[in-house]
Amino acid sequence: MANEKSFMKALKCRECGHEYPLTATHVCEFDFGPLEVVYDYEAIRGSLTRASIESRPQTMWRYRELLPVAGEPTVGTQVGFTPLVKADRLAKRLGIRELWIKNDAVNYPTLSFKDRVVSVALSRAVELGFTTVACASTGNLANSVAANAASAGLKAYVFIPADLEQGKVVNSLVYGANVIGIKGHYDEVNRLCAEIAGKYGWAFVNVNMRPYYAEGSKSLGFEVQEQLGWRIPQHTVIPMASGSLLTKIHKSYQEFSKLGLVPNTKWKVHGAQATGCNPISAAQKAGLDFFKPVKPNTIAKSLAIGTPADGFYSLRVMKDTGGHCDDVTDDEIREGIRLLADCEGIFAETAGGVTVGVAKKLIASGKIPAEDSAVLCITGNGLKTLDAVANHVGQTREIRPSLREFEGLLEAEGAACKA
Amino acid sequence: MPVNIRIPTPLRKLTNNEEVVEVTATTIGGAINELQTRYPGIQERLLDESGTVRRFVNVYVNEEDIRFLQNKETPLKDGDEVSIIPAIAGG
Repeated sequence: MANEKSFMKALKCRECGHEYPLTATHVCEFDFGPLEVVYDYEAIRGSLTRASIESRPQTMWRYRELLPVAGEPTVGTQVGFTPLVKADRLAKRLGIRELWIKNDAVNYPTLSFKDRVVSVALSRAVELGFTTVACASTGNLANSVAANAASAGLKAYVFIPADLEQGKVVNSLVYGANVIGIKGHYDEVNRLCAEIAGKYGWAFVNVNMRPYYAEGSKSLGFEVQEQLGWRIPQHTVIPMASGSLLTKIHKSYQEFSKLGLVPNTKWKVHGAQATGCNPISAAQKAGLDFFKPVKPNTIAKSLAIGTPADGFYSLRVMKDTGGHCDDVTDDEIREGIRLLADCEGIFAETAGGVTVGVAKKLIASGKIPAEDSAVLCITGNGLKTLDAVANHVGQTREIRPSLREFEGLLEAEGAACKA
Repeated sequence: MPVNIRIPTPLRKLTNNEEVVEVTATTIGGAINELQTRYPGIQERLLDESGTVRRFVNVYVNEEDIRFLQNKETPLKDGDEVSIIPAIAGG
């Protein structure tokens, strides 16, 4: 591994190109455009090969030259390299030749893709000398910041909407993080955090650390390409909240292609949203390149961002790659969760139900052709959003510990089936 | 009682590090003009060439996004709180 060698050159505004030093800062002073890390791809080309990657431990850090840290990572060194599951039964149900599930529901340590971005943001925060870390979160990010901060001995403040699923709240509190519930929806939490971040000298992973944080999502795309046998998938269906994950998976395909790690084949990225919070989907379907903010109302709380920061770039990526976008209702989300569980034995959170539900629509309408191959990104674990499906998955049948009662139960149900 | 505008960190170089600036304008558009008079250069940071609020700038009046109100025409009255905030990633 390339020890202590930085492959980062600068931060650069995505809008006007103005460059900034590699500090904890996230917006351009001139037009508020988001800043992005610029890499020295020539140097990376000399260090990152298929052979060098394959020789390293199976974590997201095997692609470390393309992740924004100056030295070796210090936080979340075990994160990533989640299974890519060939989903034959689900493929058959949805009517597509080949289907893969990238299963970040079992990411380490907090069961969502957010461990990727947090491991990068906190490793970089430590490099920059921070001792307190923070985030605005719909839940998964809070869990990950709380856990990874605890393991690194950092102090953590996490800000969440007060009405979050209980599972996600407990999952932050248990690590000893300061959990602040805001009486409002995520966009209001976000706004408050932007103001807090300007006032306190903390590393806010998705505010002043955002240029580093967001790059962590690329590792999901790097893994997919390697796990497919060093190729870019024809179609990738990705859930969208801010839209950042979608743009970064696209970037991961561009980077591997540019570095010659995969053949330069065509790919399409498709976005998935909940109908109760669909600013990007609504814009894409209307053929617009800008979106109108919405007030979220959906069971997919991890996707409930009404003012998506990467909405513009997501729309551009879908347009450039020929991808599509759709959204699904709460009932369709639950159906998607059930489909994935029934067919593949994978229990996804509500965002996963969104991804499966939208994939189903895109395949049914031919926007993803039946003869093609697709990857669905499952980004979080169903155990965190039990409330959303608890009353929709049937009930236990109770009997006394008696063989006769069990046989009676089977008989009654058998009769019911025949009837 | 005038209207208070909270200035985000990236713009404080222009406001001599003032975090809160008072204005007397009656609309958001008027408030931006007033800021420009006092702190030349601030307008082009907030508005694009066509005079609309830049896409990565969020403006709130009493915690409500002006895109849910009347954008630049959103009226201001004494005691209102205006926040200018860059878009940030999720969640």
